[in-house]
Amino acid sequence: MNIIVCVKQVPDTTVVKIDPVKNTLIREGVPSIMNPDDKGGLELALQLKEKCGANVTVITMGPPQADLVLREAFAMGADRAILLTDRAFAGADTLATSNALAGALKVLDYDLVITGRQAIDGDTAQVGPEMAQHLGLPQVSYVVDCQYNDANKFTVKKETEDGYEILEVEGPALFTVLASGYKARYMNVGLIVEAFNKEVEIWPASKLDIDPNKLGLKGSPTKVKKAFTKATKAAGQVYELDPEQAVDVIISKLQEKFII
Amino acid sequence: MDFELTQSQKLFQQMIRDFAEKEVKPIAAEVDEKEEFPKENVKKLAKLGVLGIPTPKEYGGAGGDHVMYTIAVEELSRVCATTGVIVSAHTSLCEDAILDNGTEEQKQKYLPKLASGEWIGAFGLTEPNAGTDASAQQTTAVEDGDDYILNGTKIFITNAGEADVYVIAAMTDKSKGNKGITTFIVEASTKGFSIGKKEHKMGIRGSATCELIFENCRVPKTNMLGPLGGGFAVAMKTLDGGRIGIAAQALGIAQGAMDETVKYCKERKQFGRSLAQFQNTQFQLADLQTKIEASRYLVRAAAWKKDQGLPFSTDAAMAKLFAAETAMEMTTKAVQFHGGYGYTREYPVERMMRDAKITEIYEGTSEVQRMVIAGKLFKK
Repeated sequence: MNIIVCVKQVPDTTVVKIDPVKNTLIREGVPSIMNPDDKGGLELALQLKEKCGANVTVITMGPPQADLVLREAFAMGADRAILLTDRAFAGADTLATSNALAGALKVLDYDLVITGRQAIDGDTAQVGPEMAQHLGLPQVSYVVDCQYNDANKFTVKKETEDGYEILEVEGPALFTVLASGYKARYMNVGLIVEAFNKEVEIWPASKLDIDPNKLGLKGSPTKVKKAFTKATKAAGQVYELDPEQAVDVIISKLQEKFII
Repeated sequence: MDFELTQSQKLFQQMIRDFAEKEVKPIAAEVDEKEEFPKENVKKLAKLGVLGIPTPKEYGGAGGDHVMYTIAVEELSRVCATTGVIVSAHTSLCEDAILDNGTEEQKQKYLPKLASGEWIGAFGLTEPNAGTDASAQQTTAVEDGDDYILNGTKIFITNAGEADVYVIAAMTDKSKGNKGITTFIVEASTKGFSIGKKEHKMGIRGSATCELIFENCRVPKTNMLGPLGGGFAVAMKTLDGGRIGIAAQALGIAQGAMDETVKYCKERKQFGRSLAQFQNTQFQLADLQTKIEASRYLVRAAAWKKDQGLPFSTDAAMAKLFAAETAMEMTTKAVQFHGGYGYTREYPVERMMRDAKITEIYEGTSEVQRMVIAGKLFKK
């Protein structure tokens, strides 16, 4: 089985601060990490590799320094790494990013494509589903568990707003994974030592099967109109009451605020 | 000249720091309180390859280096000095001793099991009457056919009881003094070998420290480590390496205490200001961080020299001396900055201060380190 995992290098938003004047992220001095949901996705791929044997390829689009997340993926157990890097990719929104990644996937063999649900810097959750669309693959988003059955079939547990759905999917397919479902393993020391001796393949735009007009800024219909810092609200109050008492509390609170 | 860690060393640091924060820190107080060997975490570290960092891949190790190993001990000790010394004694005193002195057969037999953590290692030199004067060994090893028969007692042995294999120094020829000492590899399952009294210690309370008892303990000649009569040299060379590990442990304790103190001084308000705003706090902590950073350079330089195959005995002594005294000073000040709270077990600095003290004592006291350094100074 060939599994391709798409990962993204993101600023660690738990330490990132926002420039109060420009309303942009202050990225200086902020460590870059592998996006947590993507890391969960890689963990799923590595577990499938251990259970049923698979070749795990990790792919990312980014500047040359994104090489580091691919080394981290090697140190976790990935077999092959590809870095899509080219000035033509610069300024890509989710659509142009998904086009680039799908363009790379078109020249690769795969039985399963895994992405994280969403990246902690953009929080859009769009790239995975868009890729599935470009590639004409069945997709399952918000995956928290996945078992491989024989005959290229997967039993997948998908988280929904009010519970779970269990689906059976035939590969090739695309899953977007939640970090909460797959606690990523630590890097292995022996693999860390080898990680920088392995080859990270560098792919420019010309290597992809995609119309260059669909890449980078040219291929990005999204325009950021304004960025702003969300106002912080005071902590809410939690009541533990039976339903009847709860109704009274809600009504009185709404009246207090002149909403009703 | 390059003071930067390599990319793999940095990646390793990221991993081990993450592990220390998530797996080791949460149980550090409990490990101390209950004097409990952290078995589960040692297993997890083994699985990740942390128990065989500098051991070559051909012997089942990670194929890393001693700089990486000091990073491991530093980061683990930053949150739990017990976990730090378990890795240090296992790696430096047993695995490295066999790697540096063993025959090919001994390496093939023991290193894969030690490096994978399937077996834990320990080292026995100290005796009730042979501490700093290690040459006063009373444990004897008498030749008998294809074996040696060991009799005697070792004390204060780190990892004792938990370990599966021990590197043991014993007297094979009393008339020759230092030159009459030989080291042996003794498996815990050997008949005549047993574990004696367990020590109840001031610090590093989760690490197992016990007595080893040899009663007609028969060890095959093939388990002799290094040449007959060469045991004192094997032990001293092994301790040189071990001191780098203990220096890294002291460094970790000091940095951990600094981290806690900085955090506390930002939060704690007195006279309408945070402690961090007082110049006294700033100046004292600036001096201490300078010492911690100096310790780090000494530790890494000693480890780097070992990796390069350069002489490192004096470097290791300086690293251990300076880092251990810095750890003691830093943790004492950390408790002082925390005031009454620092004296309680509510904050980790109390444990850190108790843990720091041992780094000035074991694997050569600070006085021994001064002897080593001065010895080099006055050597003609």
